[in-house]
Amino acid sequence: MALSRKDMEELAVLAQIAFDEEELTDLQVQLNNLLQYVETINEIDTENVEPTFYLLPLQNVWRQDEDGHQPLAPEEVFQNAPEHERGFFKVPRIL
Amino acid sequence: MDIFDLTAHELSDLLKKREITDLDITSAILKRIQQIDGDVRAYVTITEENALNAARNVHERRSKGDDLPPLAGIPMALKDNFCTKGVRTTCSSRMLENFIPPYSATVVDKLLENSAVLLGKLNMDEFAMGSSTESSYFFPTRNPWDLDRVPGGSSGGSAAAVAAGEAVFALGSDTGGSIRQPAAFCGIVGMKPTYGLVSRNGVVAFASSMDQVGPLTKDVRDCALVLNAIAGYDPLDSTSVNRNVPDYTAFLTGEIKGKRIGVVREMIDDGLDSRVAEVFNNAVSKLEELGAVVDECSLPVAATASVPVYHIIAPAEASSNLARFDGVRYGFRAVPEKGKKYTLEEMYMKTRSEGFGPEVKRRIMMGTYVLSSGCYEKYYLKAAKVRTLIKKDFEQAYERFDVLITPTTPDLPFLLGEKVNPLDSYNSDKYTVPVNIAGLPAISIPCGFVEGLPVGMQIIAPAFREDSLFQVAYAFEQNTPYHRERPPIKRRASEEKAKGSDIND
Repeated sequence: MALSRKDMEELAVLAQIAFDEEELTDLQVQLNNLLQYVETINEIDTENVEPTFYLLPLQNVWRQDEDGHQPLAPEEVFQNAPEHERGFFKVPRIL
Repeated sequence: MDIFDLTAHELSDLLKKREITDLDITSAILKRIQQIDGDVRAYVTITEENALNAARNVHERRSKGDDLPPLAGIPMALKDNFCTKGVRTTCSSRMLENFIPPYSATVVDKLLENSAVLLGKLNMDEFAMGSSTESSYFFPTRNPWDLDRVPGGSSGGSAAAVAAGEAVFALGSDTGGSIRQPAAFCGIVGMKPTYGLVSRNGVVAFASSMDQVGPLTKDVRDCALVLNAIAGYDPLDSTSVNRNVPDYTAFLTGEIKGKRIGVVREMIDDGLDSRVAEVFNNAVSKLEELGAVVDECSLPVAATASVPVYHIIAPAEASSNLARFDGVRYGFRAVPEKGKKYTLEEMYMKTRSEGFGPEVKRRIMMGTYVLSSGCYEKYYLKAAKVRTLIKKDFEQAYERFDVLITPTTPDLPFLLGEKVNPLDSYNSDKYTVPVNIAGLPAISIPCGFVEGLPVGMQIIAPAFREDSLFQVAYAFEQNTPYHRERPPIKRRASEEKAKGSDIND
């Protein structure tokens, strides 16, 4: 099942990336080639095989909610923000 | 030999004997950078003044008779995905071109506590996605053995800087070979430790189930010294494993009699450059001569399915990790034309469109697709199941062998611009990727040359058996001359071409 033009447009919205027509055409060819390549693993029998998502037998790692890691100072939190005002990150108007 | 040719342990010995000062060393390396980095282009940011101040400070403490660790006064540099407090950290991306981290990665703090001297930040493939350092937003780095060729990647700046004497050692990160492949291409030592051995807190994430931090050094002893400094449990990294860390220099015995070494059959097949194969076969004979018991072994699934599995799992994790770059809290934000305004969604989409380069966008799109509803089972879940079989392949092999060996890469360093098709360049990682999928430790060491270009041998051990890697790597290194070779910093391919055309004329 190859990716159609419409699939590509929907995917771009999911990925939150704007592409121009030409970029999307190139990408469609590249992704379809790549998918064809990775689909070779479908030939491997994985009947009754458990998936591996994590390599270590670790469960959730907790710590006590007490003098743990020092939080950043407010000026450090905002030092890289493209726009901020009165202790808030500023974004284009929503409402 | 010049100062910039020496290893960390050699410099450390000279410092102890007071034959040289900390300031001499840092000044010499900074001068080397000034002389050759215009050609090599390993550095994105050079922190000259900080480096000189740090070196002066170490020198003062040394003069007072302070007992200093082996890396004290040794100038080093970091791949530009390690957060460094107050020093720009770009991931070689427009997205982070002006990002100044408010804190340092745990491993950076550890190196600074060891009084190593930070020289600056090194070029890489954008967000560590690539095998040539050509996907850097800023400029490609060049291979010091032949400036017409790539240094490998994604830690290409790290490997080139160490090989060229522009840093005594460097740190890199390795998700599918990004330390070992450039180390092999640049003729140095590069190690990917076991998943969980070294903290990743403060290292910009690419594919979290595979990313690992490791050293790039001029020899195996330096590798052990750097791993000593950076390994160990970190409560700030929830994948960090709480276990005792040995002194890795204790395993540099040179003794490998009776060590059982498996040569991975599927990795010396038709896909391997015949010249690389010849060098590798000689290296295998050397190990036998040193008393190792060498036999062939097979990794039927790991050797064939790892690259496709990688190109499902890595983009899936990357698409999630890179969702944080949205132009709100830090990093690049797209600005609309004068008089126009973006909606919030337009701002997100334009920011990510203008801030990321083509390879990063390609991988985000791929990852978004394989995780999308209706595709998850077919791609991601299937890949996770094959991952289990890849792990099993290695487990079975380690019933018979202490370590496995392969060539680090199937071919020699390629020319800049030579590999434009993404699938071509993905192939360059086919011997290194299985190791990340299984979370194992592996080291690449120089094992010979083909027409002046270095060849690397990869040694792979079971999880947390870095001791075996050091034993075998050190024994091989101490009985071969390759680690003492230094690159010419020349454009060889074009010079040879020019010579060739003279003859034809």
